[in-house]
Amino acid sequence: MSEKRIDEQSGTEVTGHEWDGIEELNTPMPRWWLWIFYASIVFAIIYAILMPALPGIDSYSKGVLGKSDRVEVVEELYKLTDQRAVYANKMLSADIETIEGDEDLLRYALAAGESAFGDNCATCHGTNGQGLPGYPNLNDDIWLWGGSYEDIRQTLNYGIRALHEDTRVSLMQAYGRDELLTREEISDLTEYVVSLSGREADASAIARVSTLYQEQCASCHGMDGKGDRLQGAPDLSDNEWLYGGDRATIVETLTNGRAGVMPHWKERLSPDMVNSLAYYVHSLGGGEKSDAPTQ
Amino acid sequence: MIQTNDNQVQAAPGIDRSKAVAVSPSTPQSLYAKRKQIYAKLAHGNFRKLKWAALFILLGIYYFIPWIRWDRGPDAPSQAVLVDFENARFYFFFIEIWPQEVYYITGLLILAALGLFLVTALFGRVWCGYACPQTIWTDLFIAIERFFEGDRNARIKLDRAKWDFNKIWRKTAKHIVWILVAAATGGAWILYFHDAPTIFRDFLIGHAPITSYVFMGLLTFTTYTLAGYMREQVCTYMCPWPRIQAAMIDDKALNVTYRYDRGEPRGAHKKNATWEGRGDCIDCRQCVAVCPTGIDIRDGLQLECIGCALCIDACNEIMDKIDRPRGLIAYDTDANIERRQKGAKEKFELIRARTVIYAILFAAVGSFMLFGLLNRSTLDMNVQRDRIPNFVELSDGSIRNGYQIKVLNKTPQVRTLDLTLDKFQNPVLRIVGQDNPQTISVPANQTIDYKVYVALEDVSGLQVREGFNFVLEDTQTNEKVLTPSLFITGKTEK
Repeated sequence: MSEKRIDEQSGTEVTGHEWDGIEELNTPMPRWWLWIFYASIVFAIIYAILMPALPGIDSYSKGVLGKSDRVEVVEELYKLTDQRAVYANKMLSADIETIEGDEDLLRYALAAGESAFGDNCATCHGTNGQGLPGYPNLNDDIWLWGGSYEDIRQTLNYGIRALHEDTRVSLMQAYGRDELLTREEISDLTEYVVSLSGREADASAIARVSTLYQEQCASCHGMDGKGDRLQGAPDLSDNEWLYGGDRATIVETLTNGRAGVMPHWKERLSPDMVNSLAYYVHSLGGGEKSDAPTQ
Repeated sequence: MIQTNDNQVQAAPGIDRSKAVAVSPSTPQSLYAKRKQIYAKLAHGNFRKLKWAALFILLGIYYFIPWIRWDRGPDAPSQAVLVDFENARFYFFFIEIWPQEVYYITGLLILAALGLFLVTALFGRVWCGYACPQTIWTDLFIAIERFFEGDRNARIKLDRAKWDFNKIWRKTAKHIVWILVAAATGGAWILYFHDAPTIFRDFLIGHAPITSYVFMGLLTFTTYTLAGYMREQVCTYMCPWPRIQAAMIDDKALNVTYRYDRGEPRGAHKKNATWEGRGDCIDCRQCVAVCPTGIDIRDGLQLECIGCALCIDACNEIMDKIDRPRGLIAYDTDANIERRQKGAKEKFELIRARTVIYAILFAAVGSFMLFGLLNRSTLDMNVQRDRIPNFVELSDGSIRNGYQIKVLNKTPQVRTLDLTLDKFQNPVLRIVGQDNPQTISVPANQTIDYKVYVALEDVSGLQVREGFNFVLEDTQTNEKVLTPSLFITGKTEK
């Protein structure tokens, strides 16, 4: 800039920048403002020295203070575990009355159970335990092996057809594949099963296989098809189906058998967590009283 | 541009001309201007008295309020004004605000904004001049400065003097008192967030939470710098309000105004000379000397003016001495100056479209909030229906829906509440973890979640979706809350 020119209107100096006749005024900025800018630069340098800041190829500058968010998170988690230990210990021995009698313990069990359910169970049973074909709905009051707190705990700990030696096993045979029954017999039995849940079925077919049902099926499912919880045999009369109640699915079940697996969680989850989980599943709506008579 | 003629030392007989020069003159300045120190002179007069009163009252409120006790029973804090972050509550005497009622705070901010608009449209920047914390604390810090270093001229002299014992002790004492005041300011702040007597003791013995020390330090630092050093720079460069006020003020708004129609042409006045043919301004520059933002009000209304009215006091004092009427600088409007110049009568138009609109809005929002506060329910219920699964069919053929219910008890007592439905034949209710299928007991001042199942045996007469209300009733007071929800019957839609 060769000369300092003063804008006539405002009496302020102009910078010399001009666009189509519009000029920029050189309105002064306070000096302290500039100092704050320099102070920020100094701060940035000090910060970069003290704290983790600069990225490297396979690491980063750790900073003189040695602060690490990751370490802090781990410490926080340990702290949390300690805080929860009070309730976790109570959960080890609590029965359902104890849990429901202690408002705090109840909320702990529900929260811990819900979180564990999301991590471990939701993949098969659905986010809220609503179930999928082959994976039982945990919201209703229909249970294969029993719906009391203790029954659910047993299933959780040892699983069904799982690898644990104490696991519970039931066997639906593959009558068709193993040639135990003929195609015609399976077809007639299907009509019989359909009729058990109160639906219209071929009466002549039913008459043909009623003896066969007594011989082959009644030992587990009962004479009237009500099932047997001791053997994990489903109730065929309630029109609630694990795999599906249409004729094609029943034919498939009879032909190939069914052997779904519920893993055992005894070694994978801590005992208190299994108990919280059991209480959570019990709370989903179908939970039974411990002294409920087993069918 | 102001012509300064410093050879002339007397503005009128007996009145020295001040050497004060406005800090924002319309002369060229370099980029990154160096700040010019302002040595505000002590003014005497009604506005100064008013400002002292405002200072004592407002600072008194700020320092004293956290110590007021208020009995709310054993389960709630007994501090009248408390922001309880830990338990997410805000207490203000008889008012208690929960996080979901934060709209009261929003309403308060809207009220504050509308109040500022109204007052600004009426009287200019009275907020800036009398009530803004920046003005109050700056005023206090200048008073402390004056106590140790003397008034304007003495301070200028002291700053120019060599560092001798006199200068060192005066400066040191000033900074010590400044820091003490700043620390008290930061210290009082944290009292609003914890039980005051407890945190005060814990703070002194080092047991207070770290945030208390951080905030106390932060506010001590900002008070010390903003009131001790930054002063008018905050108003001129940092604060948005001077810019916003431009939109609030019109030519009918009262402002601290130099009545140039009466003052010009200005100039020194010799003894026994006539006042005919000249203005009343004797160019003594006392108005500049007392100005805390260092401007010359005679240049007209400007961004830097905080409307503190100290120049009115200073000018009135001079007018008394030279035996001219007071009010050469006064609260006046631009419109009046024009009227007087045309020979018309002056007129104050306080009732204008904008002031009426601001006042109506202010009253409307205010009464709306008051109504809300007076009718604030102490019981509330939120219901969220389970969507996965939408419904569950039970073995006996009944249909069950699940609900997450949040019950808020805003009273300091435990409440026994009955939960019912206002529809359906014999619905079966079950609350998870509760023995009684219908009655819950909610602790004082808490929000509790419940999982509730509703089962209907016979859904034959119902639609796919049936709306109904959950009814929550206090067994003692009969206070009732109805929250609508849906029941999904599991039928297929036609």
